[in-house]
Amino acid sequence: MPNIYRQQGEPICAMATPPGRGALAVVRLSGYEVLSIANKVTHKFLQSRHATYTNFYDSNDELIDQGIAIYFQTPASFTGEDVVEFHCHGNPIVSELLLNTLCEHGSRLATPGEFSLRAFMNNKIDLAQAEAIADLIYSTTEQGVRTATRSLQGAFSTRVQDVLTKLILIRSNVEAHLDFPDEEIDAQHTEQIQTKLVDLETEIMELLRQAQQGERLQTGATIAIAGKPNAGKSSLLNALAQSDIAIVTEIPGTTRDPLIADIEIKGMPVRLIDTAGLRETKDVIEIKGIERAQQALSQADVILWLTDVSLTEGEQNIPDGLDENKIIICVHNKIDLINIQTSMNANHVYISVKTGSGLQDLVKMLASQLCGSEQGDTPFLARRRHLIAMQQAYQNIQAAFQCISQTKDLELVAEDLRLAQQYLGEITGDFTSDDLLGRIFSEFCIGK
Amino acid sequence: MSRSSQQYDVIVIGGGHAGTEAALVSARIGCRTLLITHNIETIGQMSCNPAIGGIGKSHLVKEVDAMGGAMAIAADQGGIQFRILNSRKGPAVRATRAQADRILYKSAIRTRVENQENLQIFQQAVDDLIIENDIVHGAITQSGLRLYAKTVVLTTGTFLGGKIHVGDINYAAGRAGDPPALTLAQRLREMPFRVGRLKTGTPPRIDGRTIDYTQTTVQPGDTPTPVFSCMGSSDLHPKQVNCHITYTNETTHSIIQQDLHRSPMYNGNIDSTGPRYCPSIEDKVTRFADRTQHQIFIEPEGLQTHEVYPNGISTSLPFETQCKFLHSIKGFENAHITRPGYAIEYDFFDPRDLQPSLETKAIKGLYFAGQINGTTGYEEAAAQGLVAGINAARQVQEKDAWIPRRNEAYIGVMIDDLVTRGTIEPYRMFTSRAEFRLILRQDNADLRLTETAHELGCLPNAQWQVFVEKRDAINKHTKRLQKIYIQPTKVEAKLCEDILGGELKHESNLYELLRRPEVDLPILQKLTAQDLSDISAEVGEQLEIQAKYAGYIERQNVQVQRLAQQENVKLPEDLNYTSVVGLSNEAKQKLIEIRPLTIGQAARISGITPSAISLLLVHLKANNLATKSA
Repeated sequence: MPNIYRQQGEPICAMATPPGRGALAVVRLSGYEVLSIANKVTHKFLQSRHATYTNFYDSNDELIDQGIAIYFQTPASFTGEDVVEFHCHGNPIVSELLLNTLCEHGSRLATPGEFSLRAFMNNKIDLAQAEAIADLIYSTTEQGVRTATRSLQGAFSTRVQDVLTKLILIRSNVEAHLDFPDEEIDAQHTEQIQTKLVDLETEIMELLRQAQQGERLQTGATIAIAGKPNAGKSSLLNALAQSDIAIVTEIPGTTRDPLIADIEIKGMPVRLIDTAGLRETKDVIEIKGIERAQQALSQADVILWLTDVSLTEGEQNIPDGLDENKIIICVHNKIDLINIQTSMNANHVYISVKTGSGLQDLVKMLASQLCGSEQGDTPFLARRRHLIAMQQAYQNIQAAFQCISQTKDLELVAEDLRLAQQYLGEITGDFTSDDLLGRIFSEFCIGK
Repeated sequence: MSRSSQQYDVIVIGGGHAGTEAALVSARIGCRTLLITHNIETIGQMSCNPAIGGIGKSHLVKEVDAMGGAMAIAADQGGIQFRILNSRKGPAVRATRAQADRILYKSAIRTRVENQENLQIFQQAVDDLIIENDIVHGAITQSGLRLYAKTVVLTTGTFLGGKIHVGDINYAAGRAGDPPALTLAQRLREMPFRVGRLKTGTPPRIDGRTIDYTQTTVQPGDTPTPVFSCMGSSDLHPKQVNCHITYTNETTHSIIQQDLHRSPMYNGNIDSTGPRYCPSIEDKVTRFADRTQHQIFIEPEGLQTHEVYPNGISTSLPFETQCKFLHSIKGFENAHITRPGYAIEYDFFDPRDLQPSLETKAIKGLYFAGQINGTTGYEEAAAQGLVAGINAARQVQEKDAWIPRRNEAYIGVMIDDLVTRGTIEPYRMFTSRAEFRLILRQDNADLRLTETAHELGCLPNAQWQVFVEKRDAINKHTKRLQKIYIQPTKVEAKLCEDILGGELKHESNLYELLRRPEVDLPILQKLTAQDLSDISAEVGEQLEIQAKYAGYIERQNVQVQRLAQQENVKLPEDLNYTSVVGLSNEAKQKLIEIRPLTIGQAARISGITPSAISLLLVHLKANNLATKSA
């Protein structure tokens, strides 16, 4: 079979081990020039098929971690390209830093299934597996789209959009100067653009700081427990958290404020939120509680929809109006009441919080949804992709600012801004040159 | 006439900017070429404003020139005012613009066409094409004459189904004064092409003797006068004249507002899409109501005529309103309108029905170029004419099509945009359309394309000699500057401080010093005893740009290299997209509609995601369908 890649692909990197805490994490890098990237990270020249104990440095040459680096020379590697594996400590922060560094040195995060795709292209994977690969790409993309949407909900999304709007405004001003010099347009002058760039820089930096150090990364995924009153939501929270956090009574509507418990699932930090039962009510406090519950649901990565198994099938259905973009697991509780066995299939699991049976199944199901397959897009990965895109956009905006401060040609400023937007576009979707022209025409009266 | 006596290799229909470049290049390549036009007198005619070039557009002109085309040299022969735009914003967005004398320009083009070996001209309207089994074999003229050829290039501009609007009046027409090609339009509508409708407008023309120029601002051309063609020089330029600038005012705007309901754009008579970048004065006044004035460039139409083109007030208001608002403008108080402004609606063919070679997907051997593809502008038309002409000739010679890439030429950007994304308004070139803008400069059009033109056989010998000399000089002097070292100890400290703004810390060669923003060749001359005066201005310009922009150019080259892999994977023409596992229906539909030639082109179709591309690659590999270009 001919090899349709003439040369190696552009360098890509990804975690080869599941996300979360573990003894060890492996970061894989594949493509052309990976040796020179590895050299920048390790300050060592790697030899093929030798495990080298080494330091890992970030792009400022600050120590990140110590571990093992192994170089697999093409074609004897997983993808058939030149591959370097970095074995570091299994701390999410460390692997995060390592991936960032690799991206700063010219690689990019692999898309779902991309390593397997390359392996397949280079005859490393059997032809019979072609369809499996296609399925993988297909399913992980579907999942990826969902995780990306989830990761973009709430405040983060608003602020990214805000940054983007400002960037587009600056670009339309700069490009208007370049493409329409003869027009009498009131496009902003260099000094104004410079000020706007400083604002933008500050804003992205702040956003990055919060995103990196803030709650999101530490808490990892958010799981909201929802359901009708008295389905056993608070009991489930207590059971999963293995402590009595929530007050549990027989009285429907006991929980008002969402309750929070931080737990770990397979080494991954997870925030559990118990919400008020959703029902029509006239109780003012309960109404507030339900509002907050809705809010918690909108920000969750996974929703556990808890129902009473003794109810009719119709009553156990996931109600309309729950966000279809989210992972929803339907948890049928109280199997002890009707005396059936625990079981799980697709996104349904049958348990009894009271007896504890089926809880393990639920945890297993959560773990597989959150960690995904080796190459799937998990909430963690989606967020990391976004952070890296933000960082790269930030660097280009900095470069644009330097350009304009050194009174370099405006076209160079424009180039840095174009790249900045290209990176932000990885989070927010494509913005074509024609879209940009549209902005210019709607903003300025062009028409000589 | 017998069939054999009328046998041509290539027939080009239309004598506008696309048609002439197509016919000329096909003939240069060596094909027996026939240019059919309904009127020989209009060959090379500028139907809209009499100017060549401008931002983005001059890049196209220089590229056509680098391929041996006619537009740039004709602009040098017909240009009566030359300016460099964006001279201080960087070389990549720098552009040349010439105000042209219509008659001089037209005669420069006509002379070239008439003297081109292998090229014949024939005056006759074309009513039909000869098509058998989806292959074109020639054209049938109004008088029923059948003309045969192996390939046909159609460049009929706005002649297809044209309809002119002035106020509430409208009538079928080509450009003002010319008949529309209704029969041919009807025939083409019966063929499997998707047809769309566009509109554009022109301002009223004015008798310059009735303008009070003392009320306007003078806009002179640049000195020294810029030159368009690499084979041109300022000696070719005719007498140079000034343009003038005036402005509309609030009275003008209120006159327009009052009669807005009589504009076909506002009373519903026209619903086709006009260009966003060239709004009518009605549009400007409505959409930017807070503006108290709009700029008007008064552009001379030629040295032998008093007629001027007031650029910026294109309108389709009734004639009385045109007179009224014009007279409210400073300097135009007594202006006499020689031709009223009008809006024109016309058919175009969805360019997504074309291959990137500009051959139609439905009819083999039939090529479309120019406004018929939904573009606007002489430069855009000429560039397409060049590509269609080259590929029509290459098909005759049974050679592969020439498809310039997005990183090679603005021509490539334009054609890829058109055939991959289509257009909803008259497509015009802007530098912001080119993601590789920094490497696609007007100053290096020849370095990017002339070797290709030489290989394609469409470059005149004399031009090749000039190019080789320049190319070799650039290489020679680059190496030379890299070899001349300046020692910190040997250069006088004072001189260094003055020139470089600080002492020289390391031994450096002149090429390295040239990278500094403040250093140019005259400064280098002061630092060295060697004589650098033998470096010509244009070679010096290249040395400076290449040195100063090295980092940026390198970065764009890396991006080009990354994309090259995708560009090199060809997609089979008969690929069954419905059988690709995992592709969404939307993606399948788009791929079937466009039938991209390469994975790279597929990736640029809007809505085709990276994962769709991965799925395509898997499909190709699994079915062993992939072919790679050399």
